[in-house]
Amino acid sequence: MSIYSLSINGAQHDVANGWVGESLLYVLRERLGLPGAKNACEQGECGSCSVLIDGVLECACLVMAASVTHADIRTVEALGGPDDQLSDVQQSFVTNGAVQCGFCTPGLIMAVHDLLDHNAAPSDLEVREAISGNLCRCTGYGRIFEAVRDVQIRRVERSGRSK
Amino acid sequence: MTVLSPTSLANALAALAAQPDSMVLSGGTDFMVEVNFGHRRPTEVVALRRVSELRYWRRDNDTLTLGAGLTYTDFLDAELASLVPALAQAARTVGSPQIRNAGTIGGNVATASPAGDTLPVLIAYDAVVVLQSASAGVRKIPLSDFIVGVKRTVRAADELIVALEVPVLHGGQEYLKVGTRNAMVISVAGVAVVLDTVGRTVRCGLGSVGPVPLRASEAEAFAARQISWDSMDLPSDAATEFGRLTAAASLPITDHRSTAEYRRHVVGVCATRAIERVTGGNS
Repeated sequence: MSIYSLSINGAQHDVANGWVGESLLYVLRERLGLPGAKNACEQGECGSCSVLIDGVLECACLVMAASVTHADIRTVEALGGPDDQLSDVQQSFVTNGAVQCGFCTPGLIMAVHDLLDHNAAPSDLEVREAISGNLCRCTGYGRIFEAVRDVQIRRVERSGRSK
Repeated sequence: MTVLSPTSLANALAALAAQPDSMVLSGGTDFMVEVNFGHRRPTEVVALRRVSELRYWRRDNDTLTLGAGLTYTDFLDAELASLVPALAQAARTVGSPQIRNAGTIGGNVATASPAGDTLPVLIAYDAVVVLQSASAGVRKIPLSDFIVGVKRTVRAADELIVALEVPVLHGGQEYLKVGTRNAMVISVAGVAVVLDTVGRTVRCGLGSVGPVPLRASEAEAFAARQISWDSMDLPSDAATEFGRLTAAASLPITDHRSTAEYRRHVVGVCATRAIERVTGGNS
């Protein structure tokens, strides 16, 4: 029986009783009870399982969990603050009605955080490219783009105030 | 089943030498799909994620060595992209940011899918595959000899692709890809046109229109004769003929992604467009 350990959202989690070929997505959801990353396509097409591995956005379904025992893994569960406080991106999705069925939302939230944390002022094209690997079949993306713009504006306002 | 995650190339080669039937896991973007869908049930895996010494590039005069562990995202680096612009274009068409962050050029070559996006460019560059094993050391083999069929290569079981060698060429380069949308698409056809203004040659690599990446040799020779190399002009009817000859060099099939007829047609259209762009002609 193989046992290995993963560092997820700053905590060590032992994975036992599994097959060592399992994807990180499967391990997160089925072994460790972290269902934030969603399972839809299992082939990297939909982005709903997006997580950060050592700060790099990847599809958890395409990562063999046993190969990232050394890595710092961050999932959507790590966002937000205490008492279920939402991150600015999460709040903006709610405020702007960018959520319908919600299945794609965790992956999009991760992708948008990743974009805005690296590029504070992306162009429209850069926003589109950044979320091109996250499929949403409900919203038509319009309100998602509005939510991203809103975060951008609020972050600029906030940094202006703090100066 | 065991998953080994060596942290050095030497240890990775030793692991493969000890278990030559191991599967090599690089970015996982092809491999894990097969695992998730139960098409592949590996018993031994050597994961390269932690072998950071494969993730580098180095220029020696006009030869560029590309470590096999470079991700597609790595090719968006401005300095690297300026040396191999068509390869950078091809890398940017792969999947999505998530896929480009994971997938590697070594994996693209090892998988040897007819639709591999870097392959038409690499074949146009006359890329050389650098292989290494614990027993036989380093050997180099042209990409055109390395890929021998659909997803088939001559890589020995205990060998790793450690790098690709490509030339730094002077002249325009263009990669064009056709698919059903701009992102997250497996290519229906891909064309790389690369000029060498010093050697005055034209190189044209084709993807997704044959079992292996192809060169359109007749089209290349024709274009090299038609280009006025001092002014870089190309008559528009010559660009059209270049497309026709390129289409004639393709060996497409009909499958779930497209038809042979469409692939042959579109590969010609793309070739014409690409050579117009690199010669500064009717673009």
